[in-house]
Amino acid sequence: MRHLLSIADISKAEAISILDTAHELARVSDGAVKKLPTLRGRTIVNLFAEDSTRTRISFEAAAKRLSADVINFSAKGSSVSKGESLKDTAMTLQAMGADAVVIRHSASGAAQRLADSQWMSGSVINAGDGTHEHPSQALLDAFTIRKHLSLGKSDLEGLSVAIVGDVLHSRVVRSNVLLLSKLGAKVTLVAPPTLVPVGVESWPCTVSYDFDAVIPFVDVVMMLRVQQERMTDFYFPNAREYSRYFGLNIDRMKSMKPESIVMHPGPMNRGLEISAEVADSARSVITEQVTNGVSVRMAILYVLLTGGALETGSN
Amino acid sequence: MSTIDLVIKGGQLPDGRKADIAIAGEQIVDVSDSFAGQASRSIDAKGCIVLPGLVDLHTHLREPGREDAETVRSGSRAGAKGGFTALSAMANTSPVADTAGVVEQVYRLGQETGLLDVFPIGAVTQGLEGKTLSEIGAMADSVAQVRVFSDDGHCVSDPLVMRRALEYIKKFGGVIAQHAQDPRMTVGSQMNEGIVSSRLGLKGWPAVAEEAIIARDVLLADHVQSRLHICHLTTAGGVEIIRWAKARGINVTAEVTPHHLLLTDDLASSYDPIYKVNPPLRTEADVHALREALADGTIDIVATDHAPHPLEDKECEWQEAAFGMLGLETALSIVQKTMVDTGLMKWEVVADRMSHAPARIGGYVHQGEKVAAGSLANLTVINPTKSWTVDRDLVLSNSSNTPYHGHELPGLILHTFFKGKQTMNNGTVADKESM
Repeated sequence: MRHLLSIADISKAEAISILDTAHELARVSDGAVKKLPTLRGRTIVNLFAEDSTRTRISFEAAAKRLSADVINFSAKGSSVSKGESLKDTAMTLQAMGADAVVIRHSASGAAQRLADSQWMSGSVINAGDGTHEHPSQALLDAFTIRKHLSLGKSDLEGLSVAIVGDVLHSRVVRSNVLLLSKLGAKVTLVAPPTLVPVGVESWPCTVSYDFDAVIPFVDVVMMLRVQQERMTDFYFPNAREYSRYFGLNIDRMKSMKPESIVMHPGPMNRGLEISAEVADSARSVITEQVTNGVSVRMAILYVLLTGGALETGSN
Repeated sequence: MSTIDLVIKGGQLPDGRKADIAIAGEQIVDVSDSFAGQASRSIDAKGCIVLPGLVDLHTHLREPGREDAETVRSGSRAGAKGGFTALSAMANTSPVADTAGVVEQVYRLGQETGLLDVFPIGAVTQGLEGKTLSEIGAMADSVAQVRVFSDDGHCVSDPLVMRRALEYIKKFGGVIAQHAQDPRMTVGSQMNEGIVSSRLGLKGWPAVAEEAIIARDVLLADHVQSRLHICHLTTAGGVEIIRWAKARGINVTAEVTPHHLLLTDDLASSYDPIYKVNPPLRTEADVHALREALADGTIDIVATDHAPHPLEDKECEWQEAAFGMLGLETALSIVQKTMVDTGLMKWEVVADRMSHAPARIGGYVHQGEKVAAGSLANLTVINPTKSWTVDRDLVLSNSSNTPYHGHELPGLILHTFFKGKQTMNNGTVADKESM
């Protein structure tokens, strides 16, 4: 693996090897000294052409724990917002000697454009491109699910996952459908018909418009953020009606299976897609997703920049 | 018989007959099994097809305004290389071709270049804004004698404006060439809406946004008894509507581009904007429907929608890139590949779809004539058994945004003649001085 652009590009074995590496690296994070010398002298650029504080600091923490030098290149106040082309930005990063570029961009395919071009030679890591994919988020979600529910198995065979919300505009959902199904989970998307893309029938999942019919049978309920601008473009009548059908509140949570968990990639709209009580409940693993994000992103950097997985250490 | 300047010997006419074609001055003076007379020059066309000069009803020449992308001269050169003897310059220039002044300028630039006829298309509405009719009469009565009116790039989406335009052009024997795209259904659209767009997370451009306008406009054309031409048809559903309209006797014609006969939306998977075009590349099923419709005449013509863009407008993220691809230099080869080599169309039908019919729709006098004595000597000689490899660095267009770079295509165009003068010889386009 040289780049991480889309979950579609990686095999089940590669995905599991990243998760296993993350598992090993998580032990480092739990120790007194949180740093490994692995990427000392390597330069990683966080190219964030779209606002995203949490993903950026997660990648930054991951790179620093591997002793890499980190340069943050964010949209506000940078040349990206002054209309500099992706090509010129890439060539600048190349000239600075970036070994890897972590890119967040509002254009679908921006990460792939960067990787396929001759503009730079380093590894490209997609940290979210438009409404396309967000592979590191899916990997950290799978890592979190595995930790809670897979009972020691390496994959997610036999588990059922519902992903609820704005499927149409979500890069998280595209990566998760590909990854979770690759790992053996059964994925059901729950959304109003207006927020399901034409062509979804080709995805490895099923679709339901009825949250209540799905929720008692799944092991994981993953809620998606509903963007404010969807309110004004006829996708649903208003926030209240959306919440009524597709929000996760205490009443709905009561019908969940005993051991099942609630996830959310953040940032949450408390009171819209998820109620505060649910977000802060014992079923919620939302803050743990953030913690795991650092380990998984360490694993991604580790695998891409050292060319191999971290061997499972003997006890 | 006057002095014979040139004989094209042993080529095959579109109808399959082998013949020698004798040219004197601007005219074909004799087409016969074997020309026995004296001629100043002769060309061996054995193994070649001799077609009437190709006529494009849909070309973006970018002049005035974007001469960095294309000029009338560079577009004419690309056209001559691709076997064309007439181009139709779309109105979306800067300033827009919505006055007699602009269309006369474009027409004059075409005449000065002299490699082929450049027929300006006039804008339907001022500034292509879809609100006020442009000076249709002034353009029709100008030196450029505009008969085709189009806001191409924009849809004349207001049904009342479209109705008035269809009615008004009847005074001038004109035709409205509609870019069928419902603007509300395609805000921010990037590619065909379907399986591929769902996967790539690129905003969809649904087939229905095209078909709904086609359906509305054939009904309008019927109601006001006017003439409608549908630009770049791309969907199987659009084909069905045109077929229905023609069966009802509605005066509608339609075009398909070479790229929509070959390329499909899965090419967007590369996120390389070289495949970004409006209307977008559709599915395999659409491609097959378009090919069938072109063969059976439901679609009347092939038009290139040649759309040059400078490198920086394609060397970027997909959603930032410009829509459009080059077409003039590859059109005939793509038609051979998709229609002739597949057995769907004979060369005689190619001559109709790429020369006779577009000239008829555009009202272009002395274009699209049969290869026969008395016709103007506008001719294209192609060797269908030879192939060539497209190289974007060798195109004559000012831009290089061809989607076929590196592709091997069938059919090598050897000669183009415009009014008896050779405008292209084995890939080399004549300079004005040498003609």
